Amino acid sequence: MSELRTPLSKVKGLGSAKDGTGHFWHQRLTSLLLIPLVLWVGFSLAAMPVDHATLVGWIQQPWVSVTLVLLLITVFYHAQLGLQVIIEDYISSHSKRTVTLLLTNLACLLCGMIGVISVLKISFGA
Amino acid sequence: MTMANSKYPTSPHLQIYRLPLTALLSIAHRITGVILAFGCLLLVWLLAAAANSAESYQLLFNHLDSWYGQIFLLGFVFSLYLHFCNGVRHLFWDVGYGFELETVDLTAKLAIAVAVILTIATWVVAGTV
Repeated sequence: MSELRTPLSKVKGLGSAKDGTGHFWHQRLTSLLLIPLVLWVGFSLAAMPVDHATLVGWIQQPWVSVTLVLLLITVFYHAQLGLQVIIEDYISSHSKRTVTLLLTNLACLLCGMIGVISVLKISFGA
Repeated sequence: MTMANSKYPTSPHLQIYRLPLTALLSIAHRITGVILAFGCLLLVWLLAAAANSAESYQLLFNHLDSWYGQIFLLGFVFSLYLHFCNGVRHLFWDVGYGFELETVDLTAKLAIAVAVILTIATWVVAGTV
Protein backbone atom coordinates (compact mmCIF):
# COMPACT_ATOMS: atom_id res chain seq x y z
CA MET A 1 0.00 0.00 0.00
CA SER A 2 2.32 2.75 -1.18
CA GLU A 3 -0.39 4.45 -3.21
CA LEU A 4 -2.69 6.62 -1.14
CA ARG A 5 -4.58 8.27 -4.00
CA THR A 6 -7.87 6.68 -4.92
CA PRO A 7 -8.46 5.52 -8.51
CA LEU A 8 -11.16 8.20 -8.77
CA SER A 9 -8.81 11.02 -7.74
CA LYS A 10 -6.24 9.76 -10.26
CA VAL A 11 -8.67 9.65 -13.14
CA LYS A 12 -10.03 13.10 -12.30
CA GLY A 13 -6.49 14.48 -12.53
CA LEU A 14 -7.18 17.45 -10.31
CA GLY A 15 -4.16 17.09 -8.01
CA SER A 16 -3.69 18.62 -4.58
CA ALA A 17 -4.67 22.10 -5.75
CA LYS A 18 -8.13 20.67 -6.60
CA ASP A 19 -8.48 22.50 -9.90
CA GLY A 20 -5.92 20.59 -12.01
CA THR A 21 -4.73 22.66 -14.96
CA GLY A 22 -7.60 25.13 -14.55
CA HIS A 23 -5.40 28.02 -13.41
CA PHE A 24 -2.88 27.51 -16.23
CA TRP A 25 -5.62 27.16 -18.83
CA HIS A 26 -7.57 30.25 -17.72
CA GLN A 27 -4.37 32.32 -17.69
CA ARG A 28 -3.81 31.34 -21.33
CA LEU A 29 -7.42 31.83 -22.42
CA THR A 30 -7.58 35.32 -20.90
CA SER A 31 -4.24 36.24 -22.48
CA LEU A 32 -5.51 35.18 -25.91
CA LEU A 33 -8.65 37.25 -25.43
CA LEU A 34 -6.58 40.21 -24.27
CA ILE A 35 -4.50 40.34 -27.48
CA PRO A 36 -7.22 42.00 -29.61
CA LEU A 37 -8.84 43.79 -26.64
CA VAL A 38 -5.64 45.54 -25.49
CA LEU A 39 -4.68 46.64 -29.02
CA TRP A 40 -8.22 47.93 -29.54
CA VAL A 41 -8.51 49.92 -26.31
CA GLY A 42 -4.92 51.20 -26.47
CA PHE A 43 -5.11 52.60 -29.95
CA SER A 44 -8.75 53.75 -29.65
CA LEU A 45 -7.87 55.88 -26.63
CA ALA A 46 -4.69 57.15 -28.29
CA ALA A 47 -6.61 58.15 -31.42
CA MET A 48 -9.30 60.26 -29.71
CA PRO A 49 -9.15 63.54 -27.84
CA VAL A 50 -9.67 62.25 -24.31
CA ASP A 51 -11.76 65.07 -22.90
CA HIS A 52 -14.76 64.06 -20.79
CA ALA A 53 -17.44 64.57 -23.46
CA THR A 54 -15.58 62.59 -26.14
CA LEU A 55 -14.73 59.76 -23.76
CA VAL A 56 -18.30 59.48 -22.48
CA GLY A 57 -19.69 59.62 -26.02
CA TRP A 58 -17.33 56.85 -27.07
CA ILE A 59 -18.19 54.62 -24.09
CA GLN A 60 -21.93 55.16 -24.64
CA GLN A 61 -21.83 53.36 -27.99
CA PRO A 62 -23.36 49.96 -27.09
CA TRP A 63 -20.63 47.85 -28.70
CA VAL A 64 -17.94 49.88 -26.91
CA SER A 65 -19.68 49.39 -23.53
CA VAL A 66 -19.95 45.66 -24.09
CA THR A 67 -16.34 45.31 -25.23
CA LEU A 68 -15.07 47.44 -22.33
CA VAL A 69 -16.95 45.29 -19.80
CA LEU A 70 -15.45 42.18 -21.42
CA LEU A 71 -12.00 43.80 -21.26
CA LEU A 72 -12.38 44.76 -17.59
CA ILE A 73 -13.52 41.27 -16.53
CA THR A 74 -10.75 39.63 -18.57
CA VAL A 75 -8.02 42.02 -17.37
CA PHE A 76 -8.79 41.66 -13.68
CA TYR A 77 -9.24 37.90 -13.89
CA HIS A 78 -5.89 37.68 -15.72
CA ALA A 79 -4.29 40.00 -13.13
CA GLN A 80 -5.69 37.93 -10.26
CA LEU A 81 -4.31 34.70 -11.76
CA GLY A 82 -0.90 36.29 -12.41
CA LEU A 83 -0.57 37.96 -9.02
CA GLN A 84 -1.56 34.67 -7.39
CA VAL A 85 1.42 32.89 -9.00
CA ILE A 86 3.84 35.62 -7.90
CA ILE A 87 2.48 35.60 -4.32
CA GLU A 88 2.63 31.79 -4.14
CA ASP A 89 6.23 31.86 -5.40
CA TYR A 90 7.66 34.53 -3.14
CA ILE A 91 5.71 34.36 0.14
CA SER A 92 6.68 31.17 1.92
CA SER A 93 4.82 31.68 5.20
CA HIS A 94 1.49 29.92 4.86
CA SER A 95 -0.54 32.39 6.91
CA LYS A 96 0.94 35.49 5.25
CA ARG A 97 0.51 33.90 1.83
CA THR A 98 -3.15 33.05 2.47
CA VAL A 99 -3.98 36.52 3.77
CA THR A 100 -2.14 38.22 0.88
CA LEU A 101 -3.93 35.99 -1.64
CA LEU A 102 -7.35 36.68 -0.15
CA LEU A 103 -6.73 40.45 -0.08
CA THR A 104 -5.35 40.44 -3.64
CA ASN A 105 -8.31 38.45 -4.94
CA LEU A 106 -10.71 40.79 -3.18
CA ALA A 107 -8.89 43.85 -4.58
CA CYS A 108 -9.05 42.45 -8.13
CA LEU A 109 -12.74 41.65 -7.74
CA LEU A 110 -13.53 45.10 -6.36
CA CYS A 111 -11.54 46.95 -9.04
CA GLY A 112 -13.19 44.93 -11.77
CA MET A 113 -16.62 45.67 -10.30
CA ILE A 114 -15.91 49.41 -9.96
CA GLY A 115 -14.74 49.45 -13.58
CA VAL A 116 -17.77 47.54 -14.88
CA ILE A 117 -20.26 49.64 -12.89
CA SER A 118 -18.57 52.86 -14.08
CA VAL A 119 -18.91 51.75 -17.69
CA LEU A 120 -22.57 50.79 -17.12
CA LYS A 121 -23.30 54.11 -15.40
CA ILE A 122 -21.80 56.04 -18.31
CA SER A 123 -23.49 53.71 -20.79
CA PHE A 124 -26.95 54.25 -19.26
CA GLY A 125 -26.39 57.99 -19.24
CA ALA A 126 -24.32 59.49 -16.43
CA MET B 1 23.60 23.70 9.48
CA THR B 2 23.96 26.98 7.61
CA MET B 3 25.27 27.33 4.08
CA ALA B 4 28.52 28.91 5.37
CA ASN B 5 29.78 25.87 7.27
CA SER B 6 28.30 23.20 5.01
CA LYS B 7 30.86 20.74 3.62
CA TYR B 8 28.84 20.44 0.45
CA PRO B 9 29.99 22.39 -2.59
CA THR B 10 27.76 25.42 -3.20
CA SER B 11 26.63 26.62 -6.56
CA PRO B 12 27.18 30.29 -7.40
CA HIS B 13 24.07 32.24 -6.58
CA LEU B 14 21.81 34.10 -8.96
CA GLN B 15 23.64 37.42 -8.56
CA ILE B 16 26.94 35.89 -9.71
CA TYR B 17 25.76 35.09 -13.21
CA ARG B 18 25.35 37.63 -15.96
CA LEU B 19 21.66 37.04 -16.71
CA PRO B 20 20.95 36.09 -20.32
CA LEU B 21 18.35 38.19 -22.13
CA THR B 22 15.75 35.44 -21.73
CA ALA B 23 16.17 35.44 -17.93
CA LEU B 24 15.92 39.24 -17.87
CA LEU B 25 12.70 39.12 -19.91
CA SER B 26 11.36 36.39 -17.66
CA ILE B 27 11.68 38.49 -14.51
CA ALA B 28 10.60 41.58 -16.45
CA HIS B 29 7.39 39.72 -17.33
CA ARG B 30 6.56 39.41 -13.63
CA ILE B 31 7.61 42.96 -12.78
CA THR B 32 5.61 44.46 -15.66
CA GLY B 33 2.67 42.25 -14.64
CA VAL B 34 2.67 43.83 -11.17
CA ILE B 35 3.12 47.33 -12.65
CA LEU B 36 0.15 46.71 -14.95
CA ALA B 37 -2.03 45.50 -12.08
CA PHE B 38 -1.37 48.72 -10.17
CA GLY B 39 -1.68 50.78 -13.35
CA CYS B 40 -5.09 49.26 -14.07
CA LEU B 41 -6.14 50.41 -10.60
CA LEU B 42 -5.46 53.98 -11.72
CA LEU B 43 -7.26 53.55 -15.04
CA VAL B 44 -10.32 52.20 -13.23
CA TRP B 45 -10.12 55.24 -10.97
CA LEU B 46 -10.15 57.43 -14.10
CA LEU B 47 -13.15 55.50 -15.41
CA ALA B 48 -14.97 55.92 -12.10
CA ALA B 49 -14.16 59.65 -12.13
CA ALA B 50 -15.56 59.92 -15.67
CA ALA B 51 -18.73 58.18 -14.49
CA ASN B 52 -18.97 60.52 -11.52
CA SER B 53 -18.68 63.93 -13.14
CA ALA B 54 -16.82 65.97 -15.77
CA GLU B 55 -15.11 67.90 -12.96
CA SER B 56 -13.67 64.91 -11.12
CA TYR B 57 -12.55 63.46 -14.47
CA GLN B 58 -10.83 66.71 -15.40
CA LEU B 59 -9.07 66.83 -12.03
CA LEU B 60 -7.49 63.41 -12.58
CA PHE B 61 -6.93 64.03 -16.29
CA ASN B 62 -4.85 67.15 -15.52
CA HIS B 63 -2.51 64.97 -13.47
CA LEU B 64 -2.18 62.48 -16.34
CA ASP B 65 -1.55 65.36 -18.73
CA SER B 66 1.28 66.76 -16.60
CA TRP B 67 4.95 65.79 -17.02
CA TYR B 68 4.80 63.20 -14.23
CA GLY B 69 1.53 61.84 -15.60
CA GLN B 70 3.10 61.43 -19.03
CA ILE B 71 6.10 59.64 -17.49
CA PHE B 72 3.66 57.30 -15.72
CA LEU B 73 1.73 56.72 -18.95
CA LEU B 74 4.94 56.08 -20.90
CA GLY B 75 6.04 53.53 -18.28
CA PHE B 76 2.59 51.96 -18.19
CA VAL B 77 2.22 51.67 -21.96
CA PHE B 78 5.74 50.30 -22.42
CA SER B 79 5.16 47.79 -19.59
CA LEU B 80 1.88 46.86 -21.23
CA TYR B 81 3.42 46.15 -24.62
CA LEU B 82 6.51 44.40 -23.22
CA HIS B 83 4.22 42.11 -21.19
CA PHE B 84 2.00 41.76 -24.27
CA CYS B 85 4.84 40.76 -26.63
CA ASN B 86 6.54 38.48 -24.14
CA GLY B 87 3.13 36.97 -23.39
CA VAL B 88 2.69 36.11 -27.08
CA ARG B 89 6.16 34.51 -26.89
CA HIS B 90 4.94 32.43 -23.95
CA LEU B 91 1.85 31.37 -25.91
CA PHE B 92 4.08 30.05 -28.71
CA TRP B 93 6.11 28.09 -26.14
CA ASP B 94 2.89 26.72 -24.68
CA VAL B 95 1.98 25.12 -28.01
CA GLY B 96 5.53 23.80 -28.40
CA TYR B 97 7.28 26.24 -30.73
CA GLY B 98 10.42 28.32 -30.38
CA PHE B 99 12.50 26.44 -27.81
CA GLU B 100 15.77 26.43 -29.79
CA LEU B 101 18.41 28.67 -28.21
CA GLU B 102 18.81 30.90 -31.27
CA THR B 103 15.03 31.21 -31.62
CA VAL B 104 14.61 32.06 -27.94
CA ASP B 105 17.24 34.78 -28.26
CA LEU B 106 15.75 36.10 -31.48
CA THR B 107 12.19 36.24 -30.14
CA ALA B 108 13.46 37.99 -26.97
CA LYS B 109 14.98 40.77 -29.09
CA LEU B 110 11.89 40.80 -31.29
CA ALA B 111 9.59 41.17 -28.27
CA ILE B 112 11.54 44.18 -26.99
CA ALA B 113 11.69 45.76 -30.45
CA VAL B 114 7.95 45.33 -31.08
CA ALA B 115 7.15 46.68 -27.59
CA VAL B 116 9.21 49.81 -28.35
CA ILE B 117 7.53 50.19 -31.76
CA LEU B 118 4.00 49.80 -30.29
CA THR B 119 4.81 52.33 -27.55
CA ILE B 120 6.10 54.89 -30.08
CA ALA B 121 3.11 54.14 -32.34
CA THR B 122 0.76 54.93 -29.44
CA TRP B 123 2.21 58.41 -29.03
CA VAL B 124 2.32 58.93 -32.82
CA VAL B 125 -1.39 58.01 -33.09
CA ALA B 126 -2.11 60.32 -30.16
CA GLY B 127 -0.44 63.03 -32.22
CA THR B 128 1.77 64.29 -29.43
CA VAL B 129 5.06 63.14 -30.98
